[in-house]
Amino acid sequence: MSKTKEKIRGAEIFVRALKDEGVEYVFGYPGGAVLHIYDALFKQDDVTHILVRHEQGATHAADGYARSTGKPGVVLVTSGPGATNAVTGIATAHLDSIPLVVFTGQVATALIGNDAFQEVDAIGITRPCVKHNFLVKDVRDLAITIKKAFYIATTGRPGPVVVDIPKDVTADSCIYEYPKTVEMRSYRPVVKGHSGQIKKAVNVILGAKRPMLYTGGGVILGEASEELIELTRMLGYPITNTLMGLGAYPGTDRQFIGMLGMHGTYEANMAMHQCDVLVAIGARFDDRVTGDLEKFCPYATIIHIDVDPSSISKNVPVDIPIVGDVKHVLKDMNRYIKESDEKPDAGALADWWRQIQEWQGINCLRYDRKSTIIKPQYVIEKIYELTKGKAYITSDVGQHQMWAAQFYKFDQPRHWINSGGLGTMGFGLPAAMGVKLAHPDETVFCVSGEASLVMCIQELSTCKQYGLPIKIAILNNRYMGMVRQWQEFFYDRRYSHSYMEALPDFVKLAESFGHTGIRVEKTADVEGAIKQALAMDDKLVLLDFITDQTENVYPMVAAGKGHHEMHLSPERELA
Amino acid sequence: MRHILSLLMENESGALSRVSGLFSARGFNIESLTVAPTEDPTVSRMTLVTSGSDEIVEQITKHLNKLVDVIKVVDLHESVHIERELMLIKISAEGDSREEIKRLVDIFRGRIIDVTDSSYIVEMTGDGDKLDAFIRTLDVKKILEVVRTGVSGIARGEKAIKA
Repeated sequence: MSKTKEKIRGAEIFVRALKDEGVEYVFGYPGGAVLHIYDALFKQDDVTHILVRHEQGATHAADGYARSTGKPGVVLVTSGPGATNAVTGIATAHLDSIPLVVFTGQVATALIGNDAFQEVDAIGITRPCVKHNFLVKDVRDLAITIKKAFYIATTGRPGPVVVDIPKDVTADSCIYEYPKTVEMRSYRPVVKGHSGQIKKAVNVILGAKRPMLYTGGGVILGEASEELIELTRMLGYPITNTLMGLGAYPGTDRQFIGMLGMHGTYEANMAMHQCDVLVAIGARFDDRVTGDLEKFCPYATIIHIDVDPSSISKNVPVDIPIVGDVKHVLKDMNRYIKESDEKPDAGALADWWRQIQEWQGINCLRYDRKSTIIKPQYVIEKIYELTKGKAYITSDVGQHQMWAAQFYKFDQPRHWINSGGLGTMGFGLPAAMGVKLAHPDETVFCVSGEASLVMCIQELSTCKQYGLPIKIAILNNRYMGMVRQWQEFFYDRRYSHSYMEALPDFVKLAESFGHTGIRVEKTADVEGAIKQALAMDDKLVLLDFITDQTENVYPMVAAGKGHHEMHLSPERELA
Repeated sequence: MRHILSLLMENESGALSRVSGLFSARGFNIESLTVAPTEDPTVSRMTLVTSGSDEIVEQITKHLNKLVDVIKVVDLHESVHIERELMLIKISAEGDSREEIKRLVDIFRGRIIDVTDSSYIVEMTGDGDKLDAFIRTLDVKKILEVVRTGVSGIARGEKAIKA
């Protein structure tokens, strides 16, 4: 336990607690209610503060840091607009279960409820989009509350925790004590899975004729990649990952049959539809994954491993639920499989793989490689090749996000950083800042669209201040591509407000912030431009790829359709 | 189906809004909700009446358990239990009806706790059905005010729900 002999001010307690918690970076923006804290930050070197240009950027940057490291991201913003600007980033982290601790300044306790200057009910506003939140009314509660906030954010199913600190609490003094651990009678996350349930699941898994492993972000959050790889290789079964789960199993492995869901591969979706045993691991049966629930996995016995009991049977009734930390459960499961006398049915499995290979033969991700107009898929493939599949890729939301997920084969967890649940445009650039700070020697590519990028474009200034040599690839089709795609398919090509008129000159924009911009207009120039960007390893380089405006993301399971009812492309409709 | 959920929760400001917020955010029903501190002032006990299919009530229970302030959730319908509700009802009572209302109150084992020339206030406890039945015996025009606490529930037997 860390303790002071003397009374110190709340603002100093705050900084000491972050230090004791091992926090490297705080992403924030000052304001009236947090000035005591900023003064305390000024007087120390243990915790590095990164000044963003908008509070949304702070939350996304902390989020990118958390996703790429597994450590909690920390944010500090002022009261009122500081807090409300942070809400989008808090909700983004909440939907993807990312551990964040967000400190919001608050007006002095005596003023709370008086509609004071820069006052909002931050606890009320954030309550539906946090794992938990706290208002600290007494300086003597500050340290223990910070401890609890980190504990809650990082354990069980992780998530964002908001701590609202009134200004007078940061001025008041008390003895500082920071406990090593904290116990809460009302919060005890489950770790071990029920052994009877795991054994029951193992029997069903080993008896499967057409098995399918479907894994999500929970495997990444639970650091269970190694156990998942062991399980999958031992069984020889096909595996698919959700958008949030990419990288948990190597994307280049032969047992990996691609992402599933709305823009998943033909083979992954067909295998979901036809399988007789589905093992869902750290995945939550999101509507973008399942399609029409009535048509979801009609022949399957469903096993579901999840740390959050409320995820089980929420959307899809589960036959064998296992509540527990994915890593622990998979360890037990692997042991029981090894100890079992039963082995997977080799004959049935061979037939199943033959069927899957037939589906793979359709080559659902095919696109026109001879096009002289730049195809967005080609850009992602080239980024993949030239970064040798080892880069951290952040993305925004829309077509470019789907192409990045389809064409960049992630072999490692925590390298694919995107807002899957909330679908927050503007996430990619600030998230990339957090990733780059955490991994200064690695290549960090932000794959974005010209519409998404401008939603947090101000962070180019933060990148300049801290010298963050991120590479940005805009797949610039002069449309909000995914909106345009839906309007083409479902609204008779009425492109209502999806055309980006009056776009900036992105090259000059990058230059005005002190960075380098390169416009690329021909397929033949794509490779050279990426190489050039990678060679400038101390510069942020923005690559503005002028891509085919009409390209759509395929395959596609339209909302309300089943996995077996995919569009492949306009030329290649399936029966 | 109707379920009575008993919750123990930290007696913290905002705990109630976490529960009510959960119900509105996820579209669950609340029929009634009562909450007060227990013998341990750090713990509040809430009785919440809700309705839905078994799957929905299972989700409600899981989501309540997930709230960080909630210590325990028990579905009283899983065991034999007692439920009671307190009603205070102000009734216009003049002339002949004064005697009739008093008789009805006796039959329902209520008590008249305030009297004026023209009105009674009646205190009555029981399960919801009994209180409904009493209201139905009255002429609607005579009912001036109805205040009901919502259901409180407890399981029979010596087993207790403890923090």
